[in-house]
Amino acid sequence: MPAGTLYRGREGMWSWVAHRVTGVLIFFFLFVHVLDTALVRVSPEAYDKVVATYKSPIVAVLEYGLVAAILFHALNGLRVIAVDFWSKGPRYQKQMLWTVVGIWVVLMLGAIYPVLGHAAREVFGS
Amino acid sequence: MSTTETTASGIGPVEGASLYDVDNPAPVIESPRKRTNKTPKSTRGNFEMYGWLFMRLSGIVLVVLVLGHLLIQLVLDGGVTKVGFAFVAGRWASPWWQVWDLAMLWLAMLHGANGLRTVINDYAEQASTRLWLKGLLYTATVFTILLGTLVIFTFDPNIR
Repeated sequence: MPAGTLYRGREGMWSWVAHRVTGVLIFFFLFVHVLDTALVRVSPEAYDKVVATYKSPIVAVLEYGLVAAILFHALNGLRVIAVDFWSKGPRYQKQMLWTVVGIWVVLMLGAIYPVLGHAAREVFGS
Repeated sequence: MSTTETTASGIGPVEGASLYDVDNPAPVIESPRKRTNKTPKSTRGNFEMYGWLFMRLSGIVLVVLVLGHLLIQLVLDGGVTKVGFAFVAGRWASPWWQVWDLAMLWLAMLHGANGLRTVINDYAEQASTRLWLKGLLYTATVFTILLGTLVIFTFDPNIR
């Protein structure tokens, strides 16, 4: 950490930290995702073989984490835009963060079945 | 020891009249960064401002493109289990999804690259470290954008 940096903590700082961490994670995923999709130019078999590993239960859990990162980054990004462009944005930044967290929790609950359902059926049988 | 009398605030000698009056509630202090003829012209332009604006504009578009992409790939029609070469071929048969994926690729890569550039500038303290990390970042970004663009435009469903 650079010396002499003063963090003020609370919602403003932690949402900033989470935005950075999720942003970096998504960028690295995107790099890998373009590479795996490029396998469609190699052969259908090569592509299907790699995508088959994405259907395993362990990767399903990682995928749920990716969805969590993307949803937070998207919702908090809209909050950042509101803070920057809406005249009352800075005053309501805390309320907006908790709104973001609320919507995020609802969407993450909704994503459990679509993202993790097939993994659960594989692990526990159906 | 100086014989000059100074006020407690260190503004300078007060000779009779007060520096403060109704029209002059506080003494005017010259700006330490006042622009003069000798001030060098800025060579940086407005790059950082355009970068800041790009993050917000591309961000709004990406919310629609990426969340739509997640909905199609991970939620609808059995989620990820349906994805395979045949599924990709079906999607890219339509110019609509080609343009969607192309826009998503370019905007997301540039948005992410600019974000990582900011992170590198913030945490890499040595100039040489910043140079190498950003060189690596820009190389990976250009490579990924070109590769992805090439794949979308040259996709062949009958490749075998």
